[in-house]
Amino acid sequence: MKRLLTLLLVIAGLAVALVALNLRGEASIPGTAIAPLTAALPPTPGQIARGNYLALLGDCRACHSTQGGTPYAGGRGVDTPFGTVYAPNLTPDDKTGIGSWTSAHFWRALHNGRSRDGHLLYPAFPYPNYTHVTRQDSDAIYAYLRSLAPVSQPNRPNTLRFPYDSQFSLAVWRALYFSPGQHVPDPARSGEWNRGAYLVQGLGHCNACHSSRNLLGATRGAMDLGGGLIPVQNWYAPSLSAAHEAGVADWDTQQVVELLRKGVSPQASTLGPMAEVVFRSTQYFSDDDLHAVAIYLKALPPARARPKALGSDAAQAASARLFDQGAKIYEKQCASCHGDQGQGAAGAYPALAGNRALQMNSSVNLVRVVVEGGFAPATAANPRPYGMPPFATALNDEEIAAVVTFMRRSWGNGASPVSPLEVSRSRGPTIQ
Amino acid sequence: METHLTALPNMPPVDKRGESPFFHYRLGAPGIEQRGPGFREFATTAGAAAKTEPPAFGVWRLQRAKLRRVTVWFAALAVCLDGSCALAAPVEDSIAQRAQACVGCHGKEGRAAADGYYPRIAGKPAGYLYNQLLNFRDGRRPYALMTTLLQPLTDDYLHEIASHFSSLELPYPPPQPVGSGHPASLAHGKALVTQGDAARHIPACTQCHGKALTGVAPAIPGLLGLPPDYLNAQLGAWQTGGRHAQAPDCMAQVAKLLSPDDVSALTQWLSTQPLPASTQPAASLPSALPIRCGGVPAGSTGDKP
Repeated sequence: MKRLLTLLLVIAGLAVALVALNLRGEASIPGTAIAPLTAALPPTPGQIARGNYLALLGDCRACHSTQGGTPYAGGRGVDTPFGTVYAPNLTPDDKTGIGSWTSAHFWRALHNGRSRDGHLLYPAFPYPNYTHVTRQDSDAIYAYLRSLAPVSQPNRPNTLRFPYDSQFSLAVWRALYFSPGQHVPDPARSGEWNRGAYLVQGLGHCNACHSSRNLLGATRGAMDLGGGLIPVQNWYAPSLSAAHEAGVADWDTQQVVELLRKGVSPQASTLGPMAEVVFRSTQYFSDDDLHAVAIYLKALPPARARPKALGSDAAQAASARLFDQGAKIYEKQCASCHGDQGQGAAGAYPALAGNRALQMNSSVNLVRVVVEGGFAPATAANPRPYGMPPFATALNDEEIAAVVTFMRRSWGNGASPVSPLEVSRSRGPTIQ
Repeated sequence: METHLTALPNMPPVDKRGESPFFHYRLGAPGIEQRGPGFREFATTAGAAAKTEPPAFGVWRLQRAKLRRVTVWFAALAVCLDGSCALAAPVEDSIAQRAQACVGCHGKEGRAAADGYYPRIAGKPAGYLYNQLLNFRDGRRPYALMTTLLQPLTDDYLHEIASHFSSLELPYPPPQPVGSGHPASLAHGKALVTQGDAARHIPACTQCHGKALTGVAPAIPGLLGLPPDYLNAQLGAWQTGGRHAQAPDCMAQVAKLLSPDDVSALTQWLSTQPLPASTQPAASLPSALPIRCGGVPAGSTGDKP
């Protein structure tokens, strides 16, 4: 009897702790039980315009719209290792959108990860980042969304597997990995650095991709930009703090600004998911904000250089054969644009010699680019980008392994060989 | 087919992965556009191209001498992070060069021949090409390679790319040999294409795609010079909802009236027809469209729907 009582007490204690941890930092929302509050003051045009800009900084539209669908009407699925989470309708429709939400509900979603009706939200909605957003900015985004035409488009239910589909599991996850945050300016740093920190850690949610995730999908916190494989999408978001990946400590600030505004720069090009981020979000950042982001990224504490993985002895032996085969393929398929010495062509085709993106330990991006080709984003500053053809049907896995191995080990490049098996694993889920 | 492969010594051996989708296309399996062709289709496309013209990726180099005289060149030092800098190759600043991503599959200058999988795009009506680019990018026409490629591009740029390929007036290679098609089937195909089937409410292809079947400007494509596998795949995709156009989706309505025999008969017949002397799309429709089409602008003038 005593044992049973103890057990019950422990369970009750854990339950109380779970609820408390999930509700920490929340202020009660007055009036929710009665009727939605109307905004005390109507939003000003300036506030709406600011909200539009902030929504671009947060790239909200990328998930909260389907491709070709009405902006912010929701419906895009975010694939995760646990199933698919569908972004909801953010237009002010009473039944299907956020028509019945107050700015306090919106703030609670952004800051605490809870919906209008109180249910817990999945962190595919990056509230572990958005929790750093100020109430003022949250209200501006809310005002902007309220200014849109309401669209009646019911939300798609998530398709998550058991046990990830239960609020209980989510509550446990949140108790372990989420706590509401607040951006606290560092007085020892410049205003620009602080603004950059606010953007990168908050609305920019850069670490949602540029950080590794644990088995339960949690990142190491908004400060970590050490790089990681994007789950399901299978692109590697390189480390923003490592000089041998995508660190920018030794770039000019203006070069960072150019890359994020234009999508290409003499130092680097964006393709894949980052091209989409530039296309939909960073090209719209103001000069000051891009500058602040650059200052912050440049000042990231440098990651220790990781030892280069050069592959097993067997891989090294196989690489000589792949290298020779790859040299021939490169000459026929690649050299006309990228140059016979991998020198590239300024403004059009990236140099491959000395290119960090080719020499990372993870070869997945390189393989994806060869398989799928791609265009740099068509930004206002570079509206007519040059494109690379997909080689998905022209080259088989072995040939891609060969040409990729050749590029990783030529013209002064030094990286591990890539096997046909790795190529096969790196191909996208739908492109075979 | 094997001879095509040997005509292209640099092409790798046929990959077995190509077998299965290839035979799916042959059978006109519906809705397989998403799967994409295997390597074999590409090899045969490129192989055929080699008979009539150099392979696609040689285009830039082969035309370099000519282009040097007429285009703006700029040379610049490549930025090499390791310090071993070489002089960067000059790049032609033209839409043809910018759109080299397309010719890998659609053939040199977009003129893929009828014996592979990927369709010719050169000379197709600009409005049609533009609509297809939007359809791929915006998910109405699911084909992963195209969708991924077009993701970060704007409407304006897609329109420019469409107009570029549309403006190319290039000769067509000869059509497919009549081959093993059953004469009765070919006759059935011809009847469907030229007369339709009033009893089943199937309009003739010529009513919309032009008397000469070379399409109608600005938005209706020609049907000649296309691979039968590609035509089968498209009709199948329309029947199963795998391919959509802007609503009302007239082609989906028509495709759903066709039986598998109809599809294979008319695609066989279409792919064996030679192009007429003028391969240009007709300037206007022979008569009003038999059904409403969301992708065809009312009045059919101008090229941007």
